[in-house]
Amino acid sequence: MAGNPVKRNLSYEFLKGLWDESPIFRQLLGMCPTLAVTTTAINALSMGLATSFVLVCSATIVSFIRKLIPNQVRIASYIVVIATFVTIADLFLKGNFPDISKALGPFVPLIVVNCLILGRAEVFASRHDPFPAFVDALGMGFGFSIALTVLGTVREILGSGTIFGFLNFEPWVIMILPGGAFITLGLLIGLMNMIKERTK
Amino acid sequence: MDLLIIFISAAVVNNFVLIYFLGICPFLGVSNKTEKAFSMGLATTFVMVLAALVTWLINNLILIPFNLPFLQYVSFIIVIASLVQFVEMFIRKTSSTLYRALGIFLPLITTNCAILGLALLAALREYNFIQSVVFGFAAGVGFTLALLIMAGIREELEMAPIPEPFKGAPITLIIAGLLALAFMGFAGLIAG
Repeated sequence: MAGNPVKRNLSYEFLKGLWDESPIFRQLLGMCPTLAVTTTAINALSMGLATSFVLVCSATIVSFIRKLIPNQVRIASYIVVIATFVTIADLFLKGNFPDISKALGPFVPLIVVNCLILGRAEVFASRHDPFPAFVDALGMGFGFSIALTVLGTVREILGSGTIFGFLNFEPWVIMILPGGAFITLGLLIGLMNMIKERTK
Repeated sequence: MDLLIIFISAAVVNNFVLIYFLGICPFLGVSNKTEKAFSMGLATTFVMVLAALVTWLINNLILIPFNLPFLQYVSFIIVIASLVQFVEMFIRKTSSTLYRALGIFLPLITTNCAILGLALLAALREYNFIQSVVFGFAAGVGFTLALLIMAGIREELEMAPIPEPFKGAPITLIIAGLLALAFMGFAGLIAG
């Protein structure tokens, strides 16, 4: 950790993904799956878990091989590592949870180009030891899954009115349409900014 | 006729950005000035057509005959990354005007999920060669269109009185939501 200017403890590396550097609400990374698959809470959670799996595995591997990769081809090497894990995750989902795999559609393979994963590999894993990289990826994956699930829950409650049996109102169809995704996320980020402003 | 339907469907009705949520990162990132948005759209369209062409060849001449579909993701992304690199070198050698216009946007295109999404969707729908290329071109046109509209609105918005917490990303997302609603109006234009 000699080259690391600010030495932080592991619990910070884990927790920063949840609020301070929340990938979705703060850094706006990995937007495509965020908007596309959050029509229901369960889809959102599955997507979050699949992405976290790829994120954690690839960050750990990248950290292990970081000294072997020449600097010029590092991005390409990271992408190959990521694509390999995405293939594993995709085959696992297809084999064990065909319904979820069908609902997520092309967004499982698109985890390859999720900028969150490449971003963590480039910014963190390639400069730290495997264990901190693992913890950082775990925190980021956790934050990503939570943010996705929150978005999915809001959209499911308002858009289909199905999450609790006793909800009884006319669902707003717009919330499960593409427009609703953008608007919900915009309002949630605005809300987070407002909370941050108040607690400062 | 078939090709026309593919074109209209990919460019307008099922717009890549606003309906399929592909390529949101550049959509939010470079949509603050119309000129920048247009250059980015042009560069992306160019790579999209090439990517549709090359990934079709790889998929149908190598992966399917040798029964290797599980290598699809790895091979497609490598092809796209090297394609972007190649296009950058080619443009730099042949046309310095074009290179200056597109230069900084080219490397960013590798991680644009619209390109990989395009390759995967074309493979999933089993388009033939011509259809894939038309699909790639239409997706690029749709991407440019969405980017240009958004950039136009955001230029106007700079003067608007927006509440502090909603400045920047939140208001952009809300406008994108309204645009997506507007694009839903095209849904009945063609069947399928």
